[in-house]
Amino acid sequence: MSAESPTAAGAVSDAVPQTSLYDVDNPAPVIEPPRKRTKKTPKTTRTNFELYGWLFMRLSGILLVVLVLGHLLIQLVLDGGVTKVGFAFVAGRWASPFWQAWDLIMLWLAMLHGANGLRTVINDYAERDTTRFWLKMLLYTATVFTVLLGTLVIFTFDPNIR
Amino acid sequence: MSTATLDKPGSGSQQDASPYITVVFRIRRFNPEVSDEATWQDFQVEIDPKERVLDGLHKIKWDLDGSLTFRRSCAHGICGSDAMRINGKNRLACKTLIKDINPHKPITVEPIKGLTVLKDLVVDMDPFFQAYRDVMPFLITKGNEPTRERLQSAEDRERFDDTTKCILCAACTSSCPVFWNDGQYFGPAAIVNAHRFIFDSRDEAGEQRLEILNDKDGVWRCRTTFNCTDACPRGIEVTKAIQEVKRALITRRF
Repeated sequence: MSAESPTAAGAVSDAVPQTSLYDVDNPAPVIEPPRKRTKKTPKTTRTNFELYGWLFMRLSGILLVVLVLGHLLIQLVLDGGVTKVGFAFVAGRWASPFWQAWDLIMLWLAMLHGANGLRTVINDYAERDTTRFWLKMLLYTATVFTVLLGTLVIFTFDPNIR
Repeated sequence: MSTATLDKPGSGSQQDASPYITVVFRIRRFNPEVSDEATWQDFQVEIDPKERVLDGLHKIKWDLDGSLTFRRSCAHGICGSDAMRINGKNRLACKTLIKDINPHKPITVEPIKGLTVLKDLVVDMDPFFQAYRDVMPFLITKGNEPTRERLQSAEDRERFDDTTKCILCAACTSSCPVFWNDGQYFGPAAIVNAHRFIFDSRDEAGEQRLEILNDKDGVWRCRTTFNCTDACPRGIEVTKAIQEVKRALITRRF
């Protein structure tokens, strides 16, 4: 049955020259996967943070569908579309506590939703511990800065600014 | 009518109508004692398409190249030793028929991903079994042992029937993209085996196991890509089991 011999010219044994760096007593290093599980890792934290994070993503997602689509409809479609948006338009909307609350909730939910999503992406894809630490620090800094700045503007907005 | 036509070649010209076809096996080879690089190697094998990929590997190892290294024990889909990546999908070599995976193209055989390749198709399973041990896959009870067996209704047994089928072949865990990049994640197989005890009415440590899987490398890292369900050679609905653990964690809190 097996009259044929290996075709591709015996890739392993033939391709390597006689002066190979590796032999029985000196085997090549194997490639270990990043962050291999061992007896000592991972350390238990015993918090519900991931559970609440997972729930927050689902609940904020539902709310954001309404908030963001409503926002886009008002800003881009109704009453002449995007051309109407200007300083006066924003000032007029933020005179009402309803739109202030809408924008505030949308800002916080969207930023936290996006930041948590990006955090899970970093956790999934960053291999080295230092890389994931600094990527997350960058993410948290940007998130806190944007959320605080946006909140500040919504609450201290002055329509009579010169 | 059909029996007559079938009988004729059986008596005379059976030798001419050979069931064997030539199949190319393209195997990912790695031998740390020769080179630090893994390479593809092709083998041509005369094989009946009704045979399995494992039979092809046997023919290569026994007749063509004895250095080919792979795990197999029972060879009948029970021991879970020979999970490998065949044509890009995790399968058991002993349950994959040649005719089912297009024998006219080269059949690629690789070790399963996400675990250290030790030689050819053999990987280091220690991290996989460590995750399995960490979910305490054994019956835990309180109080005195009953003098007779622990009885359970048929409905209670049915609750976790699906996850009892696991053979720990690692096909699911090594098909999980989260596990590929972060071996700290428990992986589908460990969660399936936790599920088997969490939903067992006789077991009393479900809380403990839920607490273990509630941690940062537990079920919340599952992205429901369904790779594990597709990969499972036993047909376990792995992603569904993971989601049931998630639901148990949420209903426990709220």
